[in-house]
Amino acid sequence: MFGRKPKPAEEQEKQGFFSRLRARLNRGDSFLTRDIRDLFGSRQIDAAALEELETRLLTADAGVEATEHILEGLRKRVARKELGDVNALIAALRNAVAEILAPCAQPLVIDESRKPFVVLVVGVNGSGKTTTIGKLARRLRENGLSVMLAAGDTFRAAAIEQLDIWAKRSGAAFVSQQAGADPGAVVFDALQSARAQKVDVLLADTAGRLHSQSHLMEELKKVRRVLQRVDPSAPHEVLLVLDANQGQNALSQAVQFHEAIGVTGLVLTKLDGTAKGGIVLAIARKLGIPIRFIGVGEQPEDFGEFDAQAFAAALVEGKGNSDGAAAGGDAQAAGR
Amino acid sequence: MFENLTARLARTVESLRGRGRITEENVGDALREVRMALLEADVALPVVKSFIESVKAKALGAEVASSLTPGQVFIGILHRELVELMGGAREGFNLRAQPPIVVLLAGLQGAGKTTTAAKLARWLIERQRKRVLLVSTDVRRPAAILQLERLAQQVGSEFWRAPDGAPPAEIARAALDQARRSVADVLIVDTAGRLHVDEALMQEVRDIDAAVNPAERLFVVDAMAGQDAVNSARAFASALDLTGIVLTKADGDARGGAALSVRQITGKPIVFLGVGEKTEALEPFDPERMASRILGMGDVVSLVEQVQRQVDVQEAERLAKKVIKGKGFDMSDLKAQLEQLQQMGGVSALLDKLPTAATQKAMPAAQGDREIRRQIAIINSMTLKERHTPAIIDGSRRRRIAAGAGVQVQDVNRLLKQFMEMQRMMKSMKGGKLRRMLGALKGGMPPGFPR
Repeated sequence: MFGRKPKPAEEQEKQGFFSRLRARLNRGDSFLTRDIRDLFGSRQIDAAALEELETRLLTADAGVEATEHILEGLRKRVARKELGDVNALIAALRNAVAEILAPCAQPLVIDESRKPFVVLVVGVNGSGKTTTIGKLARRLRENGLSVMLAAGDTFRAAAIEQLDIWAKRSGAAFVSQQAGADPGAVVFDALQSARAQKVDVLLADTAGRLHSQSHLMEELKKVRRVLQRVDPSAPHEVLLVLDANQGQNALSQAVQFHEAIGVTGLVLTKLDGTAKGGIVLAIARKLGIPIRFIGVGEQPEDFGEFDAQAFAAALVEGKGNSDGAAAGGDAQAAGR
Repeated sequence: MFENLTARLARTVESLRGRGRITEENVGDALREVRMALLEADVALPVVKSFIESVKAKALGAEVASSLTPGQVFIGILHRELVELMGGAREGFNLRAQPPIVVLLAGLQGAGKTTTAAKLARWLIERQRKRVLLVSTDVRRPAAILQLERLAQQVGSEFWRAPDGAPPAEIARAALDQARRSVADVLIVDTAGRLHVDEALMQEVRDIDAAVNPAERLFVVDAMAGQDAVNSARAFASALDLTGIVLTKADGDARGGAALSVRQITGKPIVFLGVGEKTEALEPFDPERMASRILGMGDVVSLVEQVQRQVDVQEAERLAKKVIKGKGFDMSDLKAQLEQLQQMGGVSALLDKLPTAATQKAMPAAQGDREIRRQIAIINSMTLKERHTPAIIDGSRRRRIAAGAGVQVQDVNRLLKQFMEMQRMMKSMKGGKLRRMLGALKGGMPPGFPR
């Protein structure tokens, strides 16, 4: 009830990735459950409360299918009188969300027998591929791995320079060709160079492309084939970067990129908007592709591994009603 | 991937069949379907709710003409209502102000502001004969300024490069001075992507705004944006006195429900659509077409426009004459046609624009593109005489052609058979319209097709 006055310095130190996630995902209070206690605090859980929840899930981009799935479960439990009050309802909602997300919480493991471990990063225009590579490179470097970045986006103006700046910031090696070069050739060079230099991880950038442009998807397949010519097991990870501000089209992106080159992991960026990342639910329900990382801000610390429990708690629990059940804490080091 | 609203409604409006008018009871299911479909198209919930109410009011008691099904009437009402919502008076891009006219672009990260700046510059230079100066105030994203500088070169615009370390508002002001000195007609100010909840950055864009006093303040929004588009639009509209909206990445398969939300929330018109990666891919917004698209009825108009833009007109006329005569259409003409199809981005690019109901029946797009390449190869392996009179192609010639094109004899046979069918079809058609061609191609228009 009484707001505990935080000591600023201590508070900041303690702010691990999880609390940042909670703070960023719910600027202010939990979008899903904000004021729901005031609205329905003293009442029995009824159809109106459930309808309000439905509205909020839909407004958080959870999509029709995932929303219906969650509500169906809740309705059944309400009918069985298992959910007596709002607190029970919120707890049940958190569990339902965590249950949907749990199968997708599989961290990226860098297989050290693969040298280099090749990560191909793909996505639509403006989803945050290059920034994700920058942050991932930094993270891998902090874990003592040597990293090389390949400037596979030869289409967008100054994309190569942008990646170069990230390489310098993170202390990663950098391989590029001139703008307009064949992306296949760039990654081919990079893979051979990474091999020769015994680099641990090769992160290959690609140009943003809309998933409905079939010739650009063909180009991506070619990049993959070219990598396989050097190392038949490559790429070891295909990361699809999705902008969490996008709506249900993110599903279509995931499906079509997956069909084209076989996505092995997802990265969700820009979760610090106000739409609260419900699209994660839609994706987890429909596709079940592992969600490797999420980004909740521009700072390097705002990028971390996906933790289903923590995410569900951050999504459902508002500020000030944290019950300490949120395990997970700071994300573990990538790869080790 | 989402079930087309038209198809969904076809089921639910069964209950309307046989009745003279749409009533409260029988329209309920249909409205529920519309609600779901609009949500799946990423139209924001509050907008969906008010929209459903107004459609309901209009649909109740609507007369069903005997030539139409109640479903068609209902979709017609939906379509009109959407068009009305998205349309609105627009005097066009404001180019009459005292030059240099300042255009400010703002939006979230990755919305496509920098690309839009370059597209807009190109449109102004090529279509409006304006002298344009581009400036980037994005001091945050690595290489963002360099990106715009490169794009400026590509589109033939001038570019103002600020000294390192200058704050964004200063950069904009200096660029305006430069625009005056160099007598530019238009100054386009690109800004850093920012979250609407980031107060410091929203203040920054207000400062830029105050420094240059733009005639056009455009909110750049991703056509794939989700429910949050409402919140960001509201925040940007309250920070800046927006004059219009640019919807980017509209060439994807997103339904573009965000267009409706943003239009509703800001009350500002959508001025342009970004429809591709290249700098010429900017189109004026057409509410009618967007409505069809949100409803999943395809975008036949822009398909026609694309065809008009990219088809070699003289070549097409020559072909049309041959077709009208019903003779003389030979393999070389077929090849020319196939190559034009390839130029337009292949079958898949065209299918994207057709209603989903029609494309479901069509061949898988990627397979179609491969098939086209193969057919061109086969025609390339024919002699000129064979191309002109395919009737002379006998078994031995077929084997030679197959070997030359690296295909099976069956593939050659199939192409020849298709060619004969085409010839027959053309004779019967005598220069029919695209509508009829589409009909012949894919077995009729889907139900509820507009106009």
